[in-house]
Amino acid sequence: MADKGDLRLVNLTKRFGVFTAVDDLSLTIPQGGFFALLGASGCGKTTTLRMVAGLEEPTSGKVLLGGSDISRLRPYKRPVNTVFQSYALFPHLDVFENVAFGLRRRGVGDIRAQVERMLALVQLEGYGKRRPAQLSGGQQQRVALARALINHPRVLLLDEPLGALDLKLRRQMQIELKRIQTEVGLTFVHVTHDQEEAMTMADTVAVMNAGRIEQLGAPAELYEFPSTPFVANFLGQSNLLAGEVSGRSGQDILVSAYGSRFSVPAGRCRAVDGDVYLGVRPEKLHLAPNSDSVPAGHQWVTGVVSDSSYVGVSTQYLVRTPWGTEISAFASNAGVLAQVPVGAQVVAYWRPDHAFLLSRQAGAGDATQPLLEPVP
Amino acid sequence: MKLGRWLSDHWVMGVGVLVLAYLFLPIAVVVGLSFNEPSSRLSYDFNKFTLDNWTNPCGPGDMCDAVVRSVQIGFIATVVATVLGTLMAFALVRHRFRGRGATNLLIFLPMATPEVVMGSSLLALFVAGGFPLGFWTVVIAHVMFCVSFVVVTVKARLSGLDSRLEEAAMDLYASEFQTFRKVTLPLVFPGIVAAALLAFSLSFDDFIITNFNSGTTVTFPMYVWGAAQRGIPPQVNVVGTAMFLIALLLVLGTSVRRRRAT
Amino acid sequence: MSVVGHLGTAVGPHETPPPPPRRGRRLLPYLLLLPGGLWLTIFFAVPAVQLAATSLYDPSGSLQDGYAMTWEFGNYADALSAYWPHFVRSLIYAGIATVLCLLLGYPLAYAIAQKATRFKNLMLVCVIAPFFTSFLVRTLAWKTILSDNGWVVGVLRDVGILGADGRLLATSAAVVLGLTYNFLPFMVLPLYASLDRLDGRLLEAASDLYASPLRAFAKVTLPLSMPGVVAGTLLTFIPAAGDYINAELLGTPNQYMIGNVIDSAFLVRLDYPQAAALSFILMAAILAMVFVYVKRAGTDEVL
Repeated sequence: MADKGDLRLVNLTKRFGVFTAVDDLSLTIPQGGFFALLGASGCGKTTTLRMVAGLEEPTSGKVLLGGSDISRLRPYKRPVNTVFQSYALFPHLDVFENVAFGLRRRGVGDIRAQVERMLALVQLEGYGKRRPAQLSGGQQQRVALARALINHPRVLLLDEPLGALDLKLRRQMQIELKRIQTEVGLTFVHVTHDQEEAMTMADTVAVMNAGRIEQLGAPAELYEFPSTPFVANFLGQSNLLAGEVSGRSGQDILVSAYGSRFSVPAGRCRAVDGDVYLGVRPEKLHLAPNSDSVPAGHQWVTGVVSDSSYVGVSTQYLVRTPWGTEISAFASNAGVLAQVPVGAQVVAYWRPDHAFLLSRQAGAGDATQPLLEPVP
Repeated sequence: MKLGRWLSDHWVMGVGVLVLAYLFLPIAVVVGLSFNEPSSRLSYDFNKFTLDNWTNPCGPGDMCDAVVRSVQIGFIATVVATVLGTLMAFALVRHRFRGRGATNLLIFLPMATPEVVMGSSLLALFVAGGFPLGFWTVVIAHVMFCVSFVVVTVKARLSGLDSRLEEAAMDLYASEFQTFRKVTLPLVFPGIVAAALLAFSLSFDDFIITNFNSGTTVTFPMYVWGAAQRGIPPQVNVVGTAMFLIALLLVLGTSVRRRRAT
Repeated sequence: MSVVGHLGTAVGPHETPPPPPRRGRRLLPYLLLLPGGLWLTIFFAVPAVQLAATSLYDPSGSLQDGYAMTWEFGNYADALSAYWPHFVRSLIYAGIATVLCLLLGYPLAYAIAQKATRFKNLMLVCVIAPFFTSFLVRTLAWKTILSDNGWVVGVLRDVGILGADGRLLATSAAVVLGLTYNFLPFMVLPLYASLDRLDGRLLEAASDLYASPLRAFAKVTLPLSMPGVVAGTLLTFIPAAGDYINAELLGTPNQYMIGNVIDSAFLVRLDYPQAAALSFILMAAILAMVFVYVKRAGTDEVL
């Protein structure tokens, strides 16, 4: 039975001349959830959003809303509204008229009451007479949200709406948006490049790369068990060591890398033969002075601490392995462990089921993203 | 030394103010002359203070007719040029089409051509075509050289207009026509008004092209030119001063209104 | 009042650029361009072509008898040989006036763009305001200012710059002064537009890197304001070269520019082929100088 309000993208493709922005994308976004489309700039996420809104015409493929094909409908004929990245508030209208715009176009009655209620929802009561230019970034963002929400669209599209806000405000708005979505129960589709934002707000996340979806699922699923190297290093950070599958042992896949043997449970493997990446997240790597201190059943590699950054919440270590790669290990600052000095010989160990196995392109080396942002 | 420091910080502004004074000097003279009773018809010097010029502004025959003629021509030319120019500006900014280079050339060449050449070539056209020179040939000529300025002015305003505002309008259920009426037009309007004012002042003040194509019709600048040979009546300066004050009020009025709107 | 108003758009840090203009219905742009384009074609382009043809007519014809098209390129040679002093004079006057406008206009534009904070709009209005008075009336006012009995001439005579009988009116100086005055706003506005976009922090950076104010100006401000300088120079020089009002009102036939000659050729002597030839020589001279200038100044985007 087709759900009344599911948004389905079917083989959606968009080409600009020779450049393919969106490549044969198929996706089902269930009604009433908070869905995030996550990816770096230029990956096609905004283009996809615009095709759903009707601001861009697909080269091929379809957009279905609750079973009906809206692919060729003009934007003003679709029950879909957008919160634009730059808010796109009408500068010549005050806040009240901005929010009422959609209602007026549709000839809906009793505008005043609805606008007041919506302004209260976004905590902007009394701001009706102000002009957009007189508002702060956060306030403008809330007006843009109110302006879209008031029309009760079947799908609300948000195009990186928090990008222009400073950190504190952004966090606040993330919580707000989630609260509002839960309260009104509409389908929210949120496009962002900020993986933290996607993970905190969304029920389902789709990671996009070069016009295609690399992985789709709940944030925890994507984070704990990524399906490709891109996802592993785009969501948070991973240590990916290059190796080859050397065999099986019961429920485990055996991997040989840099002269050592490792095993990974089969349920944690995306690939079971050939060239692979053995992946472990830095917060799952623990440091011990020698291999005798490693708990039973854990896997480990040796190395030398080459850098140590005290971030307050944690200490981030860089450990240089015997084969030259620097892997990251994050030690939470729970007040239990002492700081490990730079130059110390260490053993970095992990629980086998914290590792994951990904398919690797032949010839690709280790992939450990440098520490650019602190991880709490 | 304090004075030295102050001078080096402020000398540029000082020069700037001096240049502004230089720009205003003739205006001051015009205003002053409007209260002047010249000693003779051909004298340009200050003689005696009088209010007669202001109480009897249409004293010299034909002068007020010329002013009226200029206003009429200006009004018609402004309306036509503004409409034509605005349409062209929209085409240039919002659409893709072939022949953009040629169109740009056609629009910008009149701004770069000396008025002598434009006026004279138009005259040759009218003469060759057997059109009688007069009011309407002047209007045609004025529209011709005003269109380019309207295009440039409206284009500047229009290209600064974020097209995402129109996308937002369509996202909020406004059709293309409604979007144009409710979003595009109100936002471009100041540019259109500026273009119209510019066109009017260009038309009112034009002499060279008008002179070539007017036949027996006399506009205000032509009247002044003719009077320069015969002797300028001081009321000419009254008209000059009045024009200045009206325009100044208009400009200050719009900027005050704009400041109050934000 | 800003004649060329501008709406700013806030662009976020990682934002995708706005999409290209919508591909509307195919015919619409052409329909929009049609009325204006037709007007300009009929009343500008066609006359220009017609003028070119006229310049090649047999000069022995007349308005009453009609002209014969004899491809008389000699008209150009005749016109040039008869009036080359006027051409040269026009280019010189316009050139000097343009340089003076640059020298006067640059500090003013700079002051408004970088130094005036609260008074910026007021100063801009003051630059445009003289426009509002009729061009001819303004120029006639100079007759009063530079009059033999006036204050200016009096002071100059006392100081000794002018001889006891020296005059300013009816001299080249007066004509150039008039040209400078009338076209100064055309220089100031593009310069202002260019200088307004100059980020003051660049000068701070130059200062941090050991540049004196003069060097900072020469190495940073001047090059970055070049588009404005080019635009202002062109907008000043081109109309000045073809002007004849200043020469007529403030000078004598000794100061007549090519504009005066063309005017009389068309309206007084009714010698259309010669007048047309003169017009095109003027156009050619202007275009040549513009071309060379723009190439040397290095900006191809003038408008």
